[in-house]
Amino acid sequence: MATITLNVNGEKRTVNVDAGTSLLWVLREHLGLTGTKYSCGKSYCGACTVHMDGTAIRSCTMPASGAEGRSITTIEGLSANGDHPLQKAWIEEQVPQCGYCQSGQIMQAAALLANNKKPSREEIISQMNGVLCRCGTYMRILKAIERASKEM
Amino acid sequence: MKNIITSDTSISRRKFLTAVGGITFAVTAYAMFPKRSTDASSNKGEASSLGNKISAWVHIRPDGRITIYNPAAEMGQGSMTALPVIFAEELDADWSDVHIEFSPIEPKIYGPGAWGGRMMTVGSRAVSGYYESLRQAGAQARYVLMANVAKKWNVPIEELSTEPSVVMHKASNRKMTYGEIAAFATILDNVPKIPDNQLKNPKDFRLIGNQNVPRFDIPAKVNGSAMYATDVRLEGMVYGVISRSPVNGAKPTLLNEDEIKDISGVLAVVKLDHGIGVIANTIEKALEVKQQLQIQWSKDAPAATHNSQEAYEDYAKLVRDDKQKGRSLESKGDANNAIKTATKTYTADYKNDYIYHAQMEPLNAVVSISEDGNSAQVWCGSQAPDSAKSAAARVLGLDESKVTLYPQYLGGGFGRRSNADYVEEAAALAKAIRKPVKLLWTREDDLQYGQFRPICLQHMQAGVDKAGNITGWKYIITGTGDGLLASGAEMLFYTMPNQLIELRSVEHGIRTKHWRAVGHGPNKYAIEAFIDEIAHDQKKDPYKYRQYLMRNHPRALKVLDTAAEMANWGKKLPEGRAMGIAFGERSGSLTAGVCEISLDRSSGKIKVHHIWAAFDGGVVVQPDNAIAQTEGSILMGLSSIFHESITIKNGKVQQSNFHDYPILRMADVPETLEVKIVPSQEAPSGLGEAGLPFIGGAVANAFLALTGKPLRHMPFTPERVLATLKA
Repeated sequence: MATITLNVNGEKRTVNVDAGTSLLWVLREHLGLTGTKYSCGKSYCGACTVHMDGTAIRSCTMPASGAEGRSITTIEGLSANGDHPLQKAWIEEQVPQCGYCQSGQIMQAAALLANNKKPSREEIISQMNGVLCRCGTYMRILKAIERASKEM
Repeated sequence: MKNIITSDTSISRRKFLTAVGGITFAVTAYAMFPKRSTDASSNKGEASSLGNKISAWVHIRPDGRITIYNPAAEMGQGSMTALPVIFAEELDADWSDVHIEFSPIEPKIYGPGAWGGRMMTVGSRAVSGYYESLRQAGAQARYVLMANVAKKWNVPIEELSTEPSVVMHKASNRKMTYGEIAAFATILDNVPKIPDNQLKNPKDFRLIGNQNVPRFDIPAKVNGSAMYATDVRLEGMVYGVISRSPVNGAKPTLLNEDEIKDISGVLAVVKLDHGIGVIANTIEKALEVKQQLQIQWSKDAPAATHNSQEAYEDYAKLVRDDKQKGRSLESKGDANNAIKTATKTYTADYKNDYIYHAQMEPLNAVVSISEDGNSAQVWCGSQAPDSAKSAAARVLGLDESKVTLYPQYLGGGFGRRSNADYVEEAAALAKAIRKPVKLLWTREDDLQYGQFRPICLQHMQAGVDKAGNITGWKYIITGTGDGLLASGAEMLFYTMPNQLIELRSVEHGIRTKHWRAVGHGPNKYAIEAFIDEIAHDQKKDPYKYRQYLMRNHPRALKVLDTAAEMANWGKKLPEGRAMGIAFGERSGSLTAGVCEISLDRSSGKIKVHHIWAAFDGGVVVQPDNAIAQTEGSILMGLSSIFHESITIKNGKVQQSNFHDYPILRMADVPETLEVKIVPSQEAPSGLGEAGLPFIGGAVANAFLALTGKPLRHMPFTPERVLATLKA
């Protein structure tokens, strides 16, 4: 067992877990931040995307120990009241269907817009290509990112 | 710990519900009022406000909040909003007052009148199945409110009318809000059936068909608070995983049981018919230990002899063997003779591989047995929560009335989640450990122990007359999965005098299941591609050729024409581009679409640039969501026709995760995807799947127009495309 202290959504959180436990399981099952989802466990699908020091990462393959001393942001901490421009745009465009991938989609998009306020469509696609949506909401995700980018 | 669900008496099952079974949709008494939320705090104050439970479907609080109970699974298709919209329309509720909760799993009360009472959300049936009964129930609830006001003001009920969430008495210029009424309302002994002519005139609808009524579930799905079963966490909960048969039907023998049980953190090993379960104190421990199980599998499973890519050869023989007699799906005139005497005949075989649901949330469930062992609670995302509840009760040896199931959002269903296998497993683990247990399937489990849309070969023959019109149509479908292969084989909107359609199913011992649009995906592909091959050879425009086939079906024709118009069919395209058109129907809804493609002839990669689609789904309750469903169906369809293939060798699934079972990514979407609703006053039909069936044909037809070569095997992978170009 290892004691790991994380900075999650601006709060210090300490957990005792087996060495090698992924950041995803620590966030979801130990800290109760269940907005971040498990889907493939191998970084193929992006449902588990969170920010580490502002960069989008796949929490399913990141050992929690690798996140010590870094600043982690999950969907729960993206905005105070669910009012990040992307979250508002997601509602405007009525993006989610089943919704399961959408935390990952939004976190990936938020990292993109933080670095590139006016991405081209090609830039959006290349940044978002690693996050899968089985319901097929991609057209609306594109529209929502373009909308948020205009409003940011 | 955050968001732990605490046990509370408010979530104990309300026994009174069964006592009044058989009066589905009737306005019911106070005791019928659902109180099911797993969040104890949300119920506070409701139980004490007497007099406002006017129906099993609705609860109105004195502060004006109107809670409507949604009986359908919410897997992304949006019916948790659409069904309350129907009810709220006739209740004449102000939508901003409406709150939605899942109804209890009580099929006698909440099952759909039109579909036999089962609480199953399948086949895009929710809106069509509940439309009439929810309009009636909403109108009855409105009647109860007005009757209470009539009594209070001592005026005839006929003098009352409503505006959103307000009862009006115009003669005395008085009004009262629904919330104010709820504060004193009493239940009527008898509520009449509201005659159809007293239901709202569709032209007065404020909510049904309103583009601006948003989906209720979306805000929670953008801030991480939406609850899926996998997010449920209970006090003292432990974690279960299962290593399942790599070949369906193989039985396990665990070779290192003692060793496994000795691992710190392992709480139990559970032997099941089809696998070995491990229960541990954390999910990471359970997953780690699963890798260490040494299991010997029995070799005698029938599936062990199945090799999917070799099966096509057998199928090709089977469909040509006239001594074989399958199940007739359609028999009109004399197709054999029509083909024998035709001016020209055509033959083609179309194939499609097994495909996997790949819903983003792998299967999972949480089961908790009470301390005394006499009752249990189940949290799951299920398309058939009634059968999931029965299954859990059966495994636990409890009466169904002792099991409470809390429906959660489904992270995708697509047909996979109407089987309760994962709920049974979770119940078996809970029974073994007697602690709350969360069963999680890994992605690999979900894929390799999947239930697939079946493999299939479709043998088509047709004969045409001198004018090039089809006179005889013979269509033999073979593959595995029996009835799953049959849906969509009939051509309900094409006029062909002589038809023979037959199903010859083979059993391979492979797990198969409904997959979004079921047989309609492969069958409409084969039908539409074959029609284009004939039209192409006859040098006829495929759009006009279909117009002629549809000449007796104006509703379908209008859908086809709308799609063609949207695409500006026939316009001159840039060099290297071509369009394909196709028609599909599913769940009573009609869809036609056109796509524009180009082809990289060196890599074999097809690029879809634009898609235009039109549909007629009768009265559309939630237009924006209906369009979203159609967009989603089309993109899921594109995914299936380009990327998806499960192959089976000696009974074993050869893929394991998204690296070798790719699904559509954003880079693969068309530049534009335009969807239009063809206005209709027909009864609502299903729209969760109807966008999917046409796309295989549309792409194959565009490819035929571009290259003169037919694509006859889905998925259209670059390798297959290159082979087709060389052929």
